[in-house]
Amino acid sequence: MIPEAFEYFSPASTQEAISLSRRYGTDAKFLSGGHSLVPMMKLRLATPRQVIDLGGIQELAQISDQGEKIKIGALVTHRAIETSQTLKNRCALLPQTASEIGDVQVRNRGTIGGSIAHADPAADYPAALLALDVQIEIEGDSGRRQVPAVDFFLDLFTTALSPGELIVAIHVPALPRGAGSAYQKLRQQASGFAIAGAAAVVSKDEGGKCQKIAVALTGVGPKAFRLTRVEEALRGKSLTESNVTRACKDVAAGVDVQGDIHASTEYRTAMADVFARRAILAAAAG
Amino acid sequence: MAQRYIGQSVKRTEDPRLVSGLAHYVDDIKLPDLHYVSFVRSIHGHAKIRRIDNSAASKMPGVVRIFTGEDCRNVGSVPTAGALENLKVPHHPVLALNKVRYVGEPVVAVVAQSLYQARDAADAVVVDYEPLAAVVDPIKAASPESKPIHDEFSDNIAYTWTLSGGDVKQAFKDADRIIKQRMEHQRLIPVAMEPRGVIARYFPGEKELTIWSSTQIPHLMRTQVAIMLGLPENRLRVVTPEVGGGFGSKLNVYGEEALLGHIAMQLGKPVKWIETRSENFAATIHGRGQVGDVEIAIKNDGQILGITYKIWADLGAYHQLLTPAIPTLTGLMLPGTYRIPAIRMDVTGVFTNKMATDAYRGAGRPEATHVIERAADLVAQELNMDPVEVRRKNFPAKKDFPYSTATGLSYDSGNYEASLKKALKLGEYKKWRREQEKGRKKGRYLGIGISTYVEICAMGPSPAMPAGGWESATVRIEPTGKVTVLTGASPHGQGQETSFAQIAAEMLGVDLDDVIVIHGDTAIVQYGIGTFGSRATAVGGTAVYRAVQQLIKKASVLAAHLLKLPKNQVAFRDGKFYSSSNPEKSLTLQEVALASHIAKNLPKNYEPGLSATYFFEPKNFTFPFGAHLCVVEADRETGSVKILKYAAVDDCGKVINPLLVEGQIHGGIVQSLGQAFMEEAVYDENGQLITGTLMDYAIPRAMDVPWLELDRTETPSPVNPLGVKGVGEAGTIGATPALVNAVVDALRPFGVKHIDMPLRPEKIWRLMQKEAQ
Repeated sequence: MIPEAFEYFSPASTQEAISLSRRYGTDAKFLSGGHSLVPMMKLRLATPRQVIDLGGIQELAQISDQGEKIKIGALVTHRAIETSQTLKNRCALLPQTASEIGDVQVRNRGTIGGSIAHADPAADYPAALLALDVQIEIEGDSGRRQVPAVDFFLDLFTTALSPGELIVAIHVPALPRGAGSAYQKLRQQASGFAIAGAAAVVSKDEGGKCQKIAVALTGVGPKAFRLTRVEEALRGKSLTESNVTRACKDVAAGVDVQGDIHASTEYRTAMADVFARRAILAAAAG
Repeated sequence: MAQRYIGQSVKRTEDPRLVSGLAHYVDDIKLPDLHYVSFVRSIHGHAKIRRIDNSAASKMPGVVRIFTGEDCRNVGSVPTAGALENLKVPHHPVLALNKVRYVGEPVVAVVAQSLYQARDAADAVVVDYEPLAAVVDPIKAASPESKPIHDEFSDNIAYTWTLSGGDVKQAFKDADRIIKQRMEHQRLIPVAMEPRGVIARYFPGEKELTIWSSTQIPHLMRTQVAIMLGLPENRLRVVTPEVGGGFGSKLNVYGEEALLGHIAMQLGKPVKWIETRSENFAATIHGRGQVGDVEIAIKNDGQILGITYKIWADLGAYHQLLTPAIPTLTGLMLPGTYRIPAIRMDVTGVFTNKMATDAYRGAGRPEATHVIERAADLVAQELNMDPVEVRRKNFPAKKDFPYSTATGLSYDSGNYEASLKKALKLGEYKKWRREQEKGRKKGRYLGIGISTYVEICAMGPSPAMPAGGWESATVRIEPTGKVTVLTGASPHGQGQETSFAQIAAEMLGVDLDDVIVIHGDTAIVQYGIGTFGSRATAVGGTAVYRAVQQLIKKASVLAAHLLKLPKNQVAFRDGKFYSSSNPEKSLTLQEVALASHIAKNLPKNYEPGLSATYFFEPKNFTFPFGAHLCVVEADRETGSVKILKYAAVDDCGKVINPLLVEGQIHGGIVQSLGQAFMEEAVYDENGQLITGTLMDYAIPRAMDVPWLELDRTETPSPVNPLGVKGVGEAGTIGATPALVNAVVDALRPFGVKHIDMPLRPEKIWRLMQKEAQ
C-alpha cells in the first residue's frame, strides 16, 4: 500500500473521534474495517489527510440482546454477525445476509457500520436493513439520534450522516415468532457485490396467508429501496409461486437502473424481478 | 521392489517455509541504502508526448533522480525471440520516447529514498499528452484504413504466417459438408499472486551488476539484459528468489529489469521496484487474444477430412519475448487428438494499442484445443451424432504411435481411447445423458461437455526453440555425503525442489532430507533455460537423472578401487557399493564421497571430488493427453451455470509425484474455469483498460471451484529415460473446451451451436430467452 501521507489517530471514545473529525473537517476520514477506504487510498482515489481509526472504541464492537431489539455496534464485523447465535435465533436475516458478503477474509475485517456509512449501491446490508425496518443510531456534536433505515440511505454513496457524525449502532427489531426471512443475490463475479440482491421478511396468518411482508432490493439502483408495490400486492394473499411471480413483475420500474460490463440495464432489471421473487418464496418457505 | 521416492506422493518440501511466511520473495530483500523506483505510466492508449515537466517532482523530499526515455537512449530495445520471417520488430524502449502506445506503458521513472517519496513525486510529474486515435480491435487494426501505431511501418500487420499440411483443397472438395464458425479466445490477465519485482545493485569496484527479479528464466534474462545494457554477460548476476506464480507472465524480459540495472549503475545506489497490482494488470503481459474463422470439412459419417483456421492475433503494442510465436503453437496443435489429413492455419499478427500478449499457461495450445474440441462438438451437432462417437471415429489408434500429424509433429506416445473410456466411466456419462433427457422435459437444462486433448510439452528440442531447448543439472556429493542438485530450470511453485530431490534420492539411495535442490542464481547454477512449457521435469528432471547416472559411474570406479575389485564386479544399490560376489564387502556412498574428496587413495587418472554435470537435449517434444468430462446446469432465469460434475483423466506419462501432478491439474482446471466463465481483459475504444482491478476482473475463488474427480492413465514417453511428459498446463488446455462444450450442450434446446467465452451469466441468459425446442 502506497497511499499519500496521512496522520493517524486512534481515539478511545466516540466523543474523541467526533472532536477529531470536527477539528480536521472534510480532510479527515473515519476508518472502520477499511474495506472501502483502504483500497481507495491504495489507488489514491481517496487521499484523506487524517485517518481516524475507530477500531479502538470497544463499546462499538458488541452485539447485545435488548429484548424487543438487538443492538449491533457499528464496529461489529460481518463475520461476527454471520456467526452470532443471538442474531441467528432472533433475526436470522442478518447472519444470512452477512454470509453472502465477499469471502471469509473480507468478513473478518469489514464492519456493518463501515459498510452502511459508505453506502455502496450494490452492498448487501441495505436490503436487509430496509426489510427489517432497523433504526440507525448516529452520534454527532449535538448528541445521539436514531434514523430509520429508509431515511438513512439517500443516494449513491450518500447517507443521512452529516459531516462529523458517525454511526454507533444499528437497532434491529427481533423477528416475530414464525416469521420467515431470506436474502437472495446474484453476485458480480469479480467483486462479489450484488448485481441484484433482495431481502424479504414474511409473516403468515393462521390460514397461511401473508400477514406482514417487507421486501427490499439492493444493487439495482443508486440506492437500496423497499418494494412497496410488491408488498401491497401480496399482503393478505397466499404466497404461492404464481402469486409471487405475478407480484414481482417490473419491480425496478421507475428506478434509474445502471448498466456496466458485468450486467446491462436490461439484465439487471430482469434480475431484480427474479431475486425479489426468490427471496419472498424462500422467506415464505422458511 | 517398490521405489522409495519416485512415484510416491511426497509432500512438498517447499511448503513449510511458504505457509509459515519464512520464504524470501524479491520484496523481502533489504539492502543497505536501498532506493525506490516508482513509474509514471501512460494514461492513454495512444498519444504523443508533447512535454514532460519534472520540475516540481524533482524538488520533492527524498527525490534522487528522475529518468525519462531520453535518459535511457543507450539502453537497448526490449527483446523479442520470435524468429518469424518478415517479422516487423518495432523499437521497444524501456521508457517511452515521443509516443505512448498502451495504457500502462512506462514513461518516467522516479528514484527516491523511500517508496512513498518516489510515489508522491511520480504523482507530481506532469506529462503533456496529445491523444491519438487508438486501435483496439485486431481485425480493424489490420485493415488498411487503420493508421499504423508504429511510425516506421506502413500498417499494423506485424507478420503473417501460414502452416499447411496435406491437401487442403482436395479435403474440402471431398467433403460432404463444411462447417464454419468464428471463435474468439478472449484476452486474459495472468494475475500471478506475487506481482513482478526487481532489485538492482552495482558494485563499481568489481564491475558487477546484480539483479534480483521474480522471473521464470534467470539465465535467459541475464543474457538479454547484459546485451541491453552493453555489459559483459559474466559481470551480470541474476538472482531469482521465491517466485509467487508466473503462469508464463514471468517467462519474459521486461524493460523494468534492464532499466533498474541502468539506474543502479547511473546512481551507484541499489534500487528496488515492486509492481503494484494495478501495474500488474496493465503492464505485465496478457494471454490469448485470438479471433478467427474455422472451417471443418467432414464426411457424413463424422470423419474429419480437413480443417482451416484463419486468425487475427491481438499482439498488443510491442513484442515481448515470445509474443509473435504464441499463435504458431496454435497452428502446430490444431489437429488435436484426431487423424486430420489436411490442415491449414493462417495467422495475421496485429499491433493494437494494448499491453503485449505472450505466453500464458498453455500459450497458444489452449486456443488450438478449444478450436478443435469445439469443432468436434459442432460436427456432432451437425450430424446429430454423440460427441463421444465423433471423437472415437477420428482418434489415431494406440498402434499408430508415434503418430505423425499433418502439421509436421510426431506425437511420441498415446492411447486416446483409453483415457476417454476412463473419463466416461468416472464422469458417469451414460447416467448423466439420461438425467439430461429427464431434465429437459421438466425445464431443467443440463449439459455434458467432453474434451479430449493432447498438448505439446517438454519444450523442447533446441532446433524448435528460439534459444535452446535443453536443460542442465549438476549433482554434487559433498564430503559428508549430502547431495546438492543445481538445476538450470527455475521452478516457481511447481514443486521441483521436491520432485528433483525424489529423483536424486531414489537413484542414490539416500534420504530425501539429504538432498537439496538449488536454482535461480546465475552465479551458482550453470546455464539453464528455465521453467515454462511444462518442461522442467521432462527436460530438467532428465538432466538430473543423467547427471546422477554419471556420478554413480564415477563413484563406482573409486569404490572398485577401494574394495580392490575389478570395476565390473561392483554393484550399486540402496546407497551402497557392493561386491557382486560377496555383498558383505561394501562401502557406503558417504564413504566413497569422503574418499573422493580427501583424495589420498585414488585410482590412476581419477579426478578428485564427486560431481557431475549433464546438459540434456531432448530429441522430441512430449505429448501428454487426456479426457475431461463436465456436467453443468444452466439456470434459465439468471443464466448462471452450476457445475454438477467434473471428471478428468490425464496422462502425463510416468509420474514422479502424484500429489504434485494432482495439484497442477487442480490449478489448471481452475484457471480454465476462469477463462470459460469469468475472465476477460476489456479495453474500451480509446484503449482504456476497463478491467484494471480485481473489482472488475473476475478470477475464480475457492468457492467457485467444484469437486474435481481425477484419475490418470500412464503411457510412458519414449523421449526421455524417466518416461515423463509434463503436466503444468494440462488443466488449462484440457478443461476449457469441456466446460464450454457442456454449456453449449445445455443450451441446445435453444438452438445454440457456439458461445464465445467468457460464458458470463448475462450472455447465457440472453441465449435462453427464447422458447426451448
